[in-house]
Amino acid sequence: MARVVVDVMLKPEILDPQGQAVANALPRLGVSAVSSVRIGRRIEIEFDGEPDLDTAREIADKLLANPVIEDFSIRVDEPAGDTALESA
Amino acid sequence: MRIGVVTFPGSLDDGDAARAARIAGADAVRLWHGDPDLHGVDAVVLPGGFSYGDALRCGAIARFAPVMETIADAARGGLPVLGICNGFQILCEAHLLPGALTRNQHLHFRNRDQHLRVTSTSTAWTNGFTEGQEILIPVKNGEGCFVADERTLDELEAEGRIVARYTRGNPNGSQRDIAAITNAAGNVVGIMPHPEHAVEALTGPSLDGLGFFTSALRYLAGSAAGGQLTGGAQR
Repeated sequence: MARVVVDVMLKPEILDPQGQAVANALPRLGVSAVSSVRIGRRIEIEFDGEPDLDTAREIADKLLANPVIEDFSIRVDEPAGDTALESA
Repeated sequence: MRIGVVTFPGSLDDGDAARAARIAGADAVRLWHGDPDLHGVDAVVLPGGFSYGDALRCGAIARFAPVMETIADAARGGLPVLGICNGFQILCEAHLLPGALTRNQHLHFRNRDQHLRVTSTSTAWTNGFTEGQEILIPVKNGEGCFVADERTLDELEAEGRIVARYTRGNPNGSQRDIAAITNAAGNVVGIMPHPEHAVEALTGPSLDGLGFFTSALRYLAGSAAGGQLTGGAQR
């Protein structure tokens, strides 16, 4: 399977009110040892042939992430669990 | 003068924006997201709503609509463009304006009449106001919190490109109470609240929104006469 996974996260300096709302709910689960929760987005891109990291990076850079507020990382998703990691 | 209003899949306020343009005295021309032709309009409004269902991020998909490629080129060439709410988000995504609009800090959708202070009257869309004028127009958004890095915010302040700020309460946590900004040339303006909903006594809290549309007409009349953009101080 020629799958590339893109993870998009808000930049560290950008407030994540959704993550805060989740963090604030944790005590109600009886969890108290969590200092912060941040929420991002995982996108799976399936290529017809070989996974194309360059194209995936272009897709991520132009569309999937907004560079003003978000960072992204991309990697080929290997079925055997052997992953090539790359950050942008 | 012909003011074009774009309809994207999911636009909500295109009808009101066209109506506001007509009330201001313009011919409103409906533009379609899939048609790159601007049909000879003299200015463009990108209306509020939820283009493409806000998929991915607000405005992220609309930015790549055929009509947006033409508008982006024309905007760089000086075409007056007003982005309202979702339109503001589209302008940021298209990099025609700096920064980004993010989820309201308190996570609630805000829908109320909002006081603003007009802080720049040297744009194509605000030249009919007076500097510091307080206006009242509706705000309604879930993702209206303007963010940018400190350097960009300082630049916007220094260059007088913050067009309006929230007063008597910031509805969404926007940095430096920013409600509207402009590009360096002053022809592209993005605003989060909705001037097109404040153009008639029957439905709006005031008629203050009309000033944005009449400003554009005044700007276009000045351009047609070969004049330069005039600020509110010269009214």
